[in-house]
Amino acid sequence: MFQVPTIADLNLGLTLPALSLALGACVLLLLDLFVPRERKEITAWLAMAGIAVSFVLNLAGFNESGTAFLGTFAADQFTGFLNIVILITAFLGVLLSLDYLKRAKIERGEYYVLLLLSAAGMMFMSSANDLIVVFIALELLSIPLYIMATFRAPDLKSEESGMKYFILGAFAGAFFVYGAALVYGATGTTNLPEIFAAVNGIIAAGGSQMFLLLMGTGLILVGLGFKVAVVPFHMWTPDVYEGAPTPVTAFMSVGAKAGGFAGLLRIMVVALPVFVLKDGQTAAAWQQTFWLVAAATLILGNIVAIAQTNVKRMLAYSSIAHAGYIMMAVAAAGTAGVANEATRAALLYLMAYMFTNLGAFGIALAIEKDDGSDTGVDNFIGLAKSKPALAAMMTVFMLSLTGIPLTGGFVGKWFVFKSALDAGLVPLAIIGVLTSVISAFYYVRIIVNMYLKDGEGDPAAGATRYVNWAIYVAFAGTLLMGIFPWIATNLSDTVVLAVEMFVR
Amino acid sequence: MALQEFAPAAALLGLSVLVALLVVMLSRLLGPHRPTSRKQAPYESGMKPIGQAVRRMPVKFYLVAVLFIIFDIEVIFFLPWAVVFRDLGVYGLIIMGVFLFILTVGFIYEWKKGALEWE
Repeated sequence: MFQVPTIADLNLGLTLPALSLALGACVLLLLDLFVPRERKEITAWLAMAGIAVSFVLNLAGFNESGTAFLGTFAADQFTGFLNIVILITAFLGVLLSLDYLKRAKIERGEYYVLLLLSAAGMMFMSSANDLIVVFIALELLSIPLYIMATFRAPDLKSEESGMKYFILGAFAGAFFVYGAALVYGATGTTNLPEIFAAVNGIIAAGGSQMFLLLMGTGLILVGLGFKVAVVPFHMWTPDVYEGAPTPVTAFMSVGAKAGGFAGLLRIMVVALPVFVLKDGQTAAAWQQTFWLVAAATLILGNIVAIAQTNVKRMLAYSSIAHAGYIMMAVAAAGTAGVANEATRAALLYLMAYMFTNLGAFGIALAIEKDDGSDTGVDNFIGLAKSKPALAAMMTVFMLSLTGIPLTGGFVGKWFVFKSALDAGLVPLAIIGVLTSVISAFYYVRIIVNMYLKDGEGDPAAGATRYVNWAIYVAFAGTLLMGIFPWIATNLSDTVVLAVEMFVR
Repeated sequence: MALQEFAPAAALLGLSVLVALLVVMLSRLLGPHRPTSRKQAPYESGMKPIGQAVRRMPVKFYLVAVLFIIFDIEVIFFLPWAVVFRDLGVYGLIIMGVFLFILTVGFIYEWKKGALEWE
């Protein structure tokens, strides 16, 4: 008979960071009912307090590892590192939203509740140890984002953005569940480490279930690939990023990626390193597919970004391109022995991308007018005269996105390319370097607009106090990661995800 | 292998098709047959089958439907829990408490927001 567990079996202590944030969201929803309409910034401060509590709990438990909720929830350094990224994203997301919502006259307390819920979903994703938990976390992180994307509601673009995201996201969720079902069909379990054990059995038996397993893996890639916006599942990104309110775009461009890649890395590295011998090298059976996806994403994202005239659309294509770089690390994780190094590279890249991208969106938000217009690349003309500090910081963010040394972006790219080379994916690394050069074209164009072109210069009315704070934090993070990379690498070096055990 | 396990299901399927055919045929053969135009309409005593497919409806019904789903699901979860309550013991009680807590948060929210008021 089913053995009834006790509450102690659940190991709730390990889940505290994620759990406290989810609980905080529930409490915030109730507290917000008593916050008067014109003082909604109280809700925002409470939300930040909740994030801070979760952050402290996460740091306190950083080095503890184990499973909770009867093996469906894993807490380890991978979780801890990603939670840091997610919580900083959420914190800066709230800071960016505070004045923006007021300016756009869409200030409602529910916004912050949704943001917390979405962040909780991302955190559950980073520690999901079971396909079902991955799915629930995926929904928990997505559904609030759909609502937040439509937050500018009577605005047609915002409505279109949320609707598009919702329909395509639901579709992608279905793909993921189908893939999970096939993997379950092949292995008889949804628990990631148990799937790994079962896969070994299937290969040893020369199993006929291999086909089911690979189909399932492919469908899971479709589902999560949509969330992180890799080619060919990227079509929604520019429209959604452009239409959604800018702080929401900033939050989801980083958060949804962190969540999606957390799930992808966990499933692929922990559960499905289906190693096969190929060309004298042991590599996962899915590596080729991921290779292709990464290459296509890098090329398409970087080239199409050149043609964009709206900075939010440009950053959307740039986010597709950056998903390609992280995908390169995931593909590298498919080579036996490189998995842990590649995982660390992906995490570092996510952290660098978080600081840089939030900063870049913060400045786009500062230039934006109250009605959401004026987010063109041309609106940056002359910014160096009207707002020299903002222009200088934007320059650093753009250089970091390109991957110039002394910025966080360089450190991220360095480790990703290194892991790709160690994994023997030389052509992919070359594509990565070449597309980085291409990307310089559209990033540097903004710098040229700011410094070299004559113009009035935007007054940057949106650069209010809290927005400035968020940009300063992002700026400091970008430079700190670039100049003292060991602060981040010391943290990421503790991450061990893969069990280095493989079969032919 | 496992195909034999489906034999009862297949038998049931065959039987239900048979019975359905039998009932329709018997009423056709034995019953009196005097058709009128009204009797031959798809719904003899119901809605008109022809008309606009899209009709305006008060959006309040949608809200009621959504709220109904919440409590519907609550009942669906509570019933099996109540059946095995003794086996699950304190553990089940606490888990159900967590479930109820989340639900109550939503309930208080909708109440305070006035979603339960009709006008």
